[in-house]
This record gives sequence, structure tokens and C-alpha cells, in this order.
Amino acid sequence: MLWVNIKRIFRTGFVNFLRNGVVSLSAVLVMVVTLFIISSVIFTGALLDHTLENLREKVDVSVNIVTTAIEDEILTLKAQVENLPEVESVKYISADLALEQYKERHKEDQKILAALDELNGNPLGAALNIKAKAPSQYESIQVFLDQNYPAGELGSIIETVNYARKQEAIEKLNLIINAGEQFGIIVTVLFVILSVVITLNTIRLAMFISKDEIRIMNLVGADRSYIKGPFLVAGALYGVVSSLLVLILLYPVTFYIGPKISTLFFDLNLFNYYLQNFGQMFLIIFFSGIFIGAFSSFIAIHQYLKKK
Amino acid sequence: MIYFDKVTKIYDDETKALEDISLKVEPNEFISIVGHSGAGKTTLIKMLLVEESPSEGKVFYGSSDIHDMGRSDVNKLRRKIGTIFQDFRLLSHKNVYENIAFAMEAAGKTDEEIESDVPYVLELVGLFDKAYSFPSELSGGEKQRVAIARAIVNQPDVIVADEPTGNLDPANTYEIIQIFKKIHELGTTVILTTHNKGVIDELGKRVITMEDGKIVRDDPTGRYEK
Repeated sequence: MLWVNIKRIFRTGFVNFLRNGVVSLSAVLVMVVTLFIISSVIFTGALLDHTLENLREKVDVSVNIVTTAIEDEILTLKAQVENLPEVESVKYISADLALEQYKERHKEDQKILAALDELNGNPLGAALNIKAKAPSQYESIQVFLDQNYPAGELGSIIETVNYARKQEAIEKLNLIINAGEQFGIIVTVLFVILSVVITLNTIRLAMFISKDEIRIMNLVGADRSYIKGPFLVAGALYGVVSSLLVLILLYPVTFYIGPKISTLFFDLNLFNYYLQNFGQMFLIIFFSGIFIGAFSSFIAIHQYLKKK
Repeated sequence: MIYFDKVTKIYDDETKALEDISLKVEPNEFISIVGHSGAGKTTLIKMLLVEESPSEGKVFYGSSDIHDMGRSDVNKLRRKIGTIFQDFRLLSHKNVYENIAFAMEAAGKTDEEIESDVPYVLELVGLFDKAYSFPSELSGGEKQRVAIARAIVNQPDVIVADEPTGNLDPANTYEIIQIFKKIHELGTTVILTTHNKGVIDELGKRVITMEDGKIVRDDPTGRYEK
């Protein structure tokens, strides 16, 4: 009997969804907006992550080595820094490479190139570019360097550390990243709550139209689950249809917007992102739709079934 | 079979809808409850259907106090009582066949039982050819016959009809009353509320007259005296 009841509930839910065309259409439209908001939150999150990741990549601390230092000393320092838990990578730029890069950067400036030739040697020292795992960790790397290789002091192989100059930028970036992440979470939660409330009210309205039917079902002695079931199925169907619509609509929308805004966000093209993460997006949008639709129906019908 | 024991109903706004009602309905009786609007007829029916609870007193079905029942027992009770209303109360998004089948599904009947019984009751109320029409496509008399078909399809012990002819013309009223008589002859208890004098005189059965929430007359082979 249970299987028969489940079959009947699904059949009735499908039939109600199709026959209550206008109500279903309005519920689907509201849910399309809801799911679009959820999709935008996902895309915004991806853009924010990508942007912050790129900004992090661009931050490092350059340690300039004195020209008198021998390579073994530099490599020892490099190994020590690499062993610090805060450090993600250390890039060694030898004096020769530094000179080469310098010449490359100033290849248009003949005066500088001529001056370098006159010096008859390499005036540049080697450098270590240190990248921390998180921007907040640069300070502890600086402390390590200060304690072991105080910059500019006699006997130290470090000439300068540009941390102080970058410190302000790093701290600012740190604040932006933290604020961005917190803001992202708050906005996501707010939008999801807001969209669920809007959907809930639309479905409540749809349910209000059916309140006489619910009363009749009660009067013929239908069990609560038998009354509720078809409404939950119809709610889930609102979710299925609207999620499929959103997944289809996102294709042209991201195709149009993606290239236009990619330059603003370190070349992240939303269209490519959508295609690459389609499986994940499908699961999130599809199941969010089903959940929001069925949950809203559940809440909405509950108030009509309070009485015996 | 049904016993109202000193039932009083006072609504939140202090309106007294029923006052000290005691009433016994025996199996296979045909009872008409008459009275003006506001006399308490519908409240009495709602008490029996557990749509309203008494402020004082009890309502028994067999030996059970129906307002003391759990939700699941109330559902079982409602499946034993077929209900018919003045406004038909059909499910507007279901066709005639589905409206009747729904009552059977709610009672846990199998698909085979539904497939055999629904056409049978449709034949009984003369609506076999309207099986796939929706309520909006039917006349008032046809809607009421669908409601009757829905009420009798589970072979209930009791049929409760609240002003079933209130929205019908004399010809349809006559037809509906003939159907009720037929149902009663087949062994079902019928409780009918009405203020249609012609209906009462045509039936010639027990008549209970209500006024201001009280039973003022209980006549075993009564007539409607205004």
C-alpha cells in the first residue's frame, strides 16, 4: 500500500503542477530569480577568490643580498627561510640573473646601459624573493630575518629587505581579503535567506488558493501525509523546472558577460568557469531548487494542517 | 449510533451557537434538521465532523467520544461519514472521476477497487458520461450529484448533507432528494439539514427543529412548521 500511496502522491503532484498552470508559472518565475541569485553568489565568490588569489601571488618580500656574499651563504639562507613553516616558496635570483633582468627592463634606456658597461662589473647583488603562505605571515618572516641576518649590519649578507615598504600594502591587502571573505559569507547567507523567504511567500500564496481543497481533503478523511505529499512534489517540481531554466539561461548570460568583465578580474572568464565547473554548478542549483521548493511547500502547507 | 450529550458551543466572540443539545441518531434513520439561518444546524454538523469542538458536553459515535480521538482516528471516522454541502466542495483541479477516486484513495482502496466502484457510483447518480468533465463544466445539480457520488463511494455508515439543495432549482432538488431516499433504502443513515419545506414534506421522516441553538421540536414523522 505504501508503494501505491507514493505512486499516487507523485502522480497527483505532477498533475497538479500541470493543471495549476498560472500558479506553477509564477512559482517557477520567482524560483528562477532565487536560483539566479544563488548562481550570482557562486560566480561572485569565484571572481573574488580568483582576484584575491592573484593579488596574493603578486605579493612577496625581496631580500637583497650584499654583493660580497658567496653563493653558498646565499643558498644556506635560502634553505633556512624555506624551512620556515610560514614560507610557501623562495626564489633565488643570482647576481647575474638580476643584472640580466635589470638590462631587460631598461633596454630602451641607453644611458643606463652605457653606465652599466662603464662599471665593468656587476653592481647588483643577488636576491631572494620570499612568498608566504598567507599575507599575515610576512611579519614573522621579517622577524626571523631581523634576528638572524640583521639587514645592513656588518657581517650580515642581507643588504636590505623591502618588507617595510611593502608592509602597508600587505596589511591593506590582508584587511581587504578578510573583509572580502566575511562580506562574501554575509552576502551569501543574506541572499539565500531572502530568496527562500520570497519563494516561501509565493508558494504560500499558491497554497492559499488551495486552502479549500485542503479542507475538503481533510473532510474525506485523507491522512496528513497524503494531503501534504502532492504539494511537496509540486514544490520540488517548481525547483526542478526553474533550476533547469537557470542552468540553460546561464549559458548565454555568462557567454555575454564573461569576456566583458574578465579583464577586471585577472582574466577569469565566467563563461569558461561555468563550463569547467558545470557538474558542480548543476548539483548546487538543481538540489537547491528542489530543496527550496519542497521546503517552502512543507512550511506553507503546515499551517493549513494544524487543525484536526 | 450517534449521540450528542448536552452539547453547548460558545464561540470566542461569546456567540452561543448551540445550547444544551442532546440528540440520539439510531442506525438507518433518516433525520432532517430544520431551522432558520443561524439556528445552529451547521454547527451541529461541524461537531459531528470534528471541525468544531464543543465548549461543553460530548459527541459520541458508537461508544467513542469523537472529540477525544487522535488525528488518525478522526480520519478513520470521517471515512465512515460521507459529507455533502450546499457549495458542493469539489476539488476544482480534479475531474469528476478523480474527485470520487480521491475519496477512495484517501480511504486506502486499491486501484482495482477504484476502477470498478467509481463508474458504478457515477452510473448511480447519472453522471457516467461526465466522468472526465471538470467541476467548472458542470451545472449545480450535476456538481451536487458528484458530491453525493463522492460521499457514498466508500459505503459510509452515515451521510451528512448540509443544505444540499440550497443552491438548486426545484427539479434538481427533487432529483437529489430521490437519490438520498435511495441511499437510505440501501441501509445508510442520513442526516440532512435544510430549510426547504417541500423537501421535508416530501420525505415524511423524523424532523428536528432548531431555534437559537436549541432543539425546540423532535417529530418522528414530522413536517416543517415555520
